Amino acid sequence: MDVLIFLIPIALFLGALGLTAFLWSLKSGQYDDLEGAKWRILDDDDLPGNNR
Amino acid sequence: MTIHQRDWQAFVTPAKDGAVHMDLAVDGITCAACMGEIERGLKRLPGIRSARVNLTSQRLAVDWVEDQTGAEEIVRELSKLGYTAHPFDPASQKERQDQTGKQLLRCLAVAGFAGMNIMLLSVSVWSGNATDITPETRDFFHWLSALIALPTVAYAGRPFVRSAFGALAAGRLNMDVPIVIGVFLAVALSVVQTLQHHHHAYFESAVMLLFFLLVGRYLDHNMRGRTRSFAENIAALKAEVAARIGADGSVREVPLSKINTGDLVMVAGGERVPVDGVVETGLSDIDQSLVTGESVLVPVKPGQRVYAGTMNGSGALHVRVEAASGATLLDEVNRLLETASQAKSAYVRIADRAARLYAPLVHGAAALTFLGWLLAGMAWQPALVISISVLIITCPCALGLAVPAVQVVASGQLFRCGILLNSGDAIERFADIDTILFDKTGTLTQPEPELFEKLDPEDKLVSLGGRLALASRHPLATALVKASGAIVPLPHVEEISGAGLRTLYEGEELRLGSPSFCGVDEVETEQALNLVPGASMLAIRHGNRPARLLAFRQKLRSDAKEVIDALRDQGYAIEIVSGDTKPAVADCARILDVPAWRSGMKPAQKIARLEELQAKGRKVLMVGDGLNDAPALAGAHVSLSPVSAVHLSQAAADAVFLGDRLRPVVDALRLSGKARAAIEQNLWISALYNVVAVPIAVAGFVTPLMAAVAMSASSLAVTANALKLKWGERKQLSRYNEDAGSNNPASGGDR
Repeated sequence: MDVLIFLIPIALFLGALGLTAFLWSLKSGQYDDLEGAKWRILDDDDLPGNNR
Repeated sequence: MTIHQRDWQAFVTPAKDGAVHMDLAVDGITCAACMGEIERGLKRLPGIRSARVNLTSQRLAVDWVEDQTGAEEIVRELSKLGYTAHPFDPASQKERQDQTGKQLLRCLAVAGFAGMNIMLLSVSVWSGNATDITPETRDFFHWLSALIALPTVAYAGRPFVRSAFGALAAGRLNMDVPIVIGVFLAVALSVVQTLQHHHHAYFESAVMLLFFLLVGRYLDHNMRGRTRSFAENIAALKAEVAARIGADGSVREVPLSKINTGDLVMVAGGERVPVDGVVETGLSDIDQSLVTGESVLVPVKPGQRVYAGTMNGSGALHVRVEAASGATLLDEVNRLLETASQAKSAYVRIADRAARLYAPLVHGAAALTFLGWLLAGMAWQPALVISISVLIITCPCALGLAVPAVQVVASGQLFRCGILLNSGDAIERFADIDTILFDKTGTLTQPEPELFEKLDPEDKLVSLGGRLALASRHPLATALVKASGAIVPLPHVEEISGAGLRTLYEGEELRLGSPSFCGVDEVETEQALNLVPGASMLAIRHGNRPARLLAFRQKLRSDAKEVIDALRDQGYAIEIVSGDTKPAVADCARILDVPAWRSGMKPAQKIARLEELQAKGRKVLMVGDGLNDAPALAGAHVSLSPVSAVHLSQAAADAVFLGDRLRPVVDALRLSGKARAAIEQNLWISALYNVVAVPIAVAGFVTPLMAAVAMSASSLAVTANALKLKWGERKQLSRYNEDAGSNNPASGGDR
């Protein structure tokens, strides 16, 4: 069971990493416009050489 | 937009790096293509740092460098692209960032993270308890759980603790009180158990409970926030601004919040009067239908009082603001509003009523369990464990989700039908209704006047009148333009304030305006008015030939008759209360076949009628749009207001409906009935769950695993029941669309 000494902190760290990522994305306003975001990915204007 | 300059500085806030920022409500964004079009279009302007459309709330945030471009150019560019935009008044936009929502979401994330990790440890302990876990490992896992759970409860429990203390301080019990007690007892006991090397700790129950409840809380909050942001957009697009005349004679448009008593305000022809005040200079006539319900134009001259929300006719007016004086209509309305809304706050939501019954019951059961086991000879600690498991298993997890889950689904359905809710409990109140009061002008009828007769397109005089009318923004002139389809304006039009328009056409004078201005005698006007009761008259005269009289009136909404019939069939009592004149209301009531109607009602009289009905035990739905309806809207059991209503009425109403049709009234009642049924079912599900779970818990058979499974199952059950509402409704909606499509193909595109 000694391996738990490593596994549990790693599990907690990974979880905390996910939490931090979520809190960061929340703070940077990525959930403000869920409706628009799903359409933006279909928009090709950001590709090089595609300036309509 | 208007001839005078708008004071853009009032809407602009400084951003970083010397740029400035402005938020705009944009009308007409319907799809992703609009989003790209607006963003690309604006970036072509010089100095634009960023332009980002929020498709969810239909808003645009622009940052730009101030000396290279101006706010005015941005709005002009938008209108060139085909979108109406209006900046938000920063004073009303203090709450722009949804702080509460973000806080709840953060708490939710933390509780979710902690819950998952503690569950991981707990499952190991549970399975270990059944097989071969060493006491050291178990203690280690318990300590780890405590390490995660304690800060989580302290952080994610704050919304509940705050609300529970708020309720206790006010001497009430709400649902948060048992939650807080349950969670804190569970955590405290778990720490004690861990210290004493016991087999069980309850950290995961406490944290998972918080997680589920936060889900419910967030759903609840989200629903309200969305409605609020749409309501704000509507308010901004309706241009809550006034043109203030400065000491140097300059005219600048400023947000209403910056207007003070004693300021001089200019109201151009065809504009809505933004304030209450006294006319200083200018002649015009005013459409007071939104205030008094009377659709006939009233002439005004210097010294007369005008009210906010009324529509100015042709002449420009200078109005001295006197909003602070206690005798204005707006003040009277406000006073009535306040008393009316106080009366309504006595309404207790179903969930709170359930919680009132529920909280003492749960606490009583837990306390009795504790005492019972003590008397049966058990030590205090295991007895406390059992009584806490009673508290936890009964903790209103399902109850916490029962109402918000239904509200979210139902408000989404209502939104599809074009109804925006202002308050969450409106759904429940809609379901209680047995009587409906309708205002006439602007509610049963369309807000804009329309020509009464069908026009012959070859009618030369009328088409000339239409071309002349293009020069004016008077509501009747606009209606004539619409009816005649005129597009080429006549040159050299002279506007005579409060009377009409004139010009020379083919060497003879062409006049359009009030009957007396065009030389029609009173007798003839009277006769025409008898034919079309409640109409506004407009006359056209070319040279010395006889004048032509045109009657305009507010037409009934296209589906008014249908909707009234449907409501009557469903057993609702219907009444019309209007501030309009007797013949106009009588005519409307005759067409709609509503025997109960009252005319010439003042705001106080409408309230009085409402109270009379409510004293008889009736639950009244008020549907109205005018300033004179606002107190009644606030005082009614529940109220609806069309989107064309004045701002104050929209704020006072529980829900606002979009579009030109009255159909949303029926939809609101039908959907709320279903939603209330679903809420009640949900409460029964939670009650049933408790009836099953509590005896098992009291008997001491509940392991934490069972508690967690039972809790999740009950939560899933109520959520699924709420979603059922959506499935049934989707069929209903598609059937309705088919009906609408087959009966009337032209109406298919309004959604």
